[in-house]
Amino acid sequence: MRKLVSLAAAFVLAGVAAANAQETPRKGGTIRMTAPYAASFGSLDPQATPRAQDDIVGKALHRTLYNWDTAHSKLVLELAKSVSVSPDGLVYTYKLRDDAYFHNGRKMTADDIIYSYTRIMDGTKGYPGARYVRLIKGAADVEKGTAKEISGLKKIDDFTLEMTITDRVDPGYYFFSGTTAILPKEEVEKGNFAAHPVGLGPFKFKEHIPGSRVVAERWDKFYKPGKPYADKLEVLIMADAAARDIAFRNKEIDTSILGPAQYVAYRADPELSKDILEVAEMFTRAMQFNPSFKPFSDKRVRQAINYAIDSDLIIKRLVKDKAYRAVSWLPPSSAAFDKTVKPYAYDPAKAKKLLAEAGYPNGFEFELTTSQNESWGLPIVEAMIPYLDKVGIKLKPKLVEVTVLTEIAMKGDHQAFIGSNLTGPDSLATLRCYYSKTPRTACNYTSFNNPQFDKLLDSAAQEGDQAKRNDLLRQANNLLYEEAPVWFFNYNKAVLARQPWLHGLQANPTEITHQYPEDIWVDATSPAK
Amino acid sequence: MLSILVRRIANIIPTLLAVIALVFLLFSVLPGSFISGMNEDGRSTIDPAVMERMRKEMGLDDPLPERFAKYVARTAVGDLGTSFRTREPVTSMIGARVWPSLKLVFAAMAFAICVGVTLGFVAALKPGSLVDTLSMVGAISGLSLSQFWFGLMLMYLFALQLKLLPSFGYGDGGLRHLILPAVALGVGPMALLARTTRAAVVEVLNADFVRTARSKGMSERLVVKWHVLRNALVLVVTIVGLQFGSLMGQAVVVEKLFAWPGVGSLLVDSVFQRDMPSVQGCILMIVLFFLVINTLVDLAYVVIDPRIRYR
Repeated sequence: MRKLVSLAAAFVLAGVAAANAQETPRKGGTIRMTAPYAASFGSLDPQATPRAQDDIVGKALHRTLYNWDTAHSKLVLELAKSVSVSPDGLVYTYKLRDDAYFHNGRKMTADDIIYSYTRIMDGTKGYPGARYVRLIKGAADVEKGTAKEISGLKKIDDFTLEMTITDRVDPGYYFFSGTTAILPKEEVEKGNFAAHPVGLGPFKFKEHIPGSRVVAERWDKFYKPGKPYADKLEVLIMADAAARDIAFRNKEIDTSILGPAQYVAYRADPELSKDILEVAEMFTRAMQFNPSFKPFSDKRVRQAINYAIDSDLIIKRLVKDKAYRAVSWLPPSSAAFDKTVKPYAYDPAKAKKLLAEAGYPNGFEFELTTSQNESWGLPIVEAMIPYLDKVGIKLKPKLVEVTVLTEIAMKGDHQAFIGSNLTGPDSLATLRCYYSKTPRTACNYTSFNNPQFDKLLDSAAQEGDQAKRNDLLRQANNLLYEEAPVWFFNYNKAVLARQPWLHGLQANPTEITHQYPEDIWVDATSPAK
Repeated sequence: MLSILVRRIANIIPTLLAVIALVFLLFSVLPGSFISGMNEDGRSTIDPAVMERMRKEMGLDDPLPERFAKYVARTAVGDLGTSFRTREPVTSMIGARVWPSLKLVFAAMAFAICVGVTLGFVAALKPGSLVDTLSMVGAISGLSLSQFWFGLMLMYLFALQLKLLPSFGYGDGGLRHLILPAVALGVGPMALLARTTRAAVVEVLNADFVRTARSKGMSERLVVKWHVLRNALVLVVTIVGLQFGSLMGQAVVVEKLFAWPGVGSLLVDSVFQRDMPSVQGCILMIVLFFLVINTLVDLAYVVIDPRIRYR
């Protein structure tokens, strides 16, 4: 018996050792990631572009003050070693890294952060990161042209930076965006920076063939010891899903983002199904009601629509389970998400009752503006029609290009529209889209106005204790669920297929294609040179 | 010949002006703007204040006639403006894409001419034969195929199944990466050329001068070489010219499918993101290519058939 136990123990230990050996990152090799959202990159100047496609490369070449830590679902310091906060929560003193080198060999200092944030606030350029940097005291003055320097940024010494902010919020949410990457002044001022980007990231720019690929090489002076693992990183543009599927199966690429149809095929394949990475991304898909259309000004009508549609069935049949049922506006990855709340049940009888109470016993007709998107566009709208018809509501779809959808939403030129909305990671900023003082152009597309909601948000903004703040935000989110300014449809389930030789990918809920490539490594079975 | 060239070039200018005006007006009335397009797929967030500033910076708030006048004035001196999306000069963006596009178009046309003209000739010389039937079935199929579907089939067969060629990308710009997109793009013109060549050769074979040449005792090989080939070539060259000119525009689908870095894929992205300067530049480039090729075809007529004269 003792022998048997020893043998079993030996097997277990051998197994653990083998697993560890397998998990020991290998140095060298080439990572071949894909950029699936467009047929080209917009810009390799990270401050000039807010596009998800461009930030795939941005994460390799550049760095920001904070990073998103997927393993712990929180923001962490990246270019600073520590930070202290004043008692009023408005002054942050950063001890910066003294081992971060730009790809031109120069060490990063506090001046680089001040330069980068000041550049972003150049009012004549309209850099997208201005929305974040505006948090710093005096940044808005630079944007307006009334000041040349951001008064809230003070260099204490080369590696100490003091930042004074205007709101009591966590600046991590603002300064992890790729649009606030830290750049070296001397390289930017040479001109044509986007063609020769120089950053602080783990990989150094080597080549860009517009419309085809970006190639980067390992930056040996990267500040994380032993990282990056790979010698080379290729980001290959592959906008067509069918072509990407063939290239992935042909082992020409290491990652591929999957749409609903491919998700079904990959899950059914015994080999491909082993290496699928799934995450509930912070995107909430919803039909947003315009209260200026009379029926939608009544909460009961909005609730009735939530009860009238069998969202679970639509997700299962049409979206092929490549989505999670939306319970509320905030996604489950948010700390303010209430796990006890259940989504609106499919209950047509209750929907009819609510409509009758609201004065619409025979329903009404409305126009829903939609795009062609397969997960939150016309196919979904077509599936909604019979459900709403059952409770007497006639839905007329109005198809527009996705580019036009936002414009229509901002102008309020619709009765309702269906779209996908970024709902994280900053829960306070996300819920501010329903704050009464937020204009429609800023994201309050439903012109939501609820004093109780405003009060909860104001209290949350003033609350220094994170747990208490989350509780207030949870209450606000639950209030939103009750008020139903939208039809809560789904949270995107982002699915990334990876080749078996690729390790270290993170299920990043802020955007699954945004990987920190210093953590990724390829084993010896990779066919890439 | 020189006067013909000068006249043809003079004809290009009003055509280009008309195209510039049309494209400019068309995109001015289209809904959506570059700034709202930044939020495509709901993956970006736009700040209203930044939007306002960007509109100003890009001159989108200026009156339409003023924008048009500025655009024409800039274009006249070869300045196609700055891309909204990349903030780079459009000329340099297009410059980086022209060579891959030309390579693709030339390779596609080379495939179309080699296969199409040969098939058409063989079919015409043996009408009603199995070769004729098969060639024409192939030609009709080629005309009916969608470039997208055919491209995917090529990828599936030659990359995934046979492992002979890479399925996508530009690689080092060499032949291995060029073959599949070129065949996908060239299959349509190939089919058209096969049918046209067959029709032209059959017509010439029945012409009086061919009968005369044969009655003189000239060998069939020489009849075909000296009389049939040359006379059929005028029609073939016309089709080649038209197809060649329009291929740059047709390459949009193939370039996107194969991730080929040409002008077509730049145009697609620019249209979806309402990057007006880039759209205008790409269309101008495609139209210019079409006009230049057509001018060259006109000149080629004179070389092929000296009887052709332009007034």
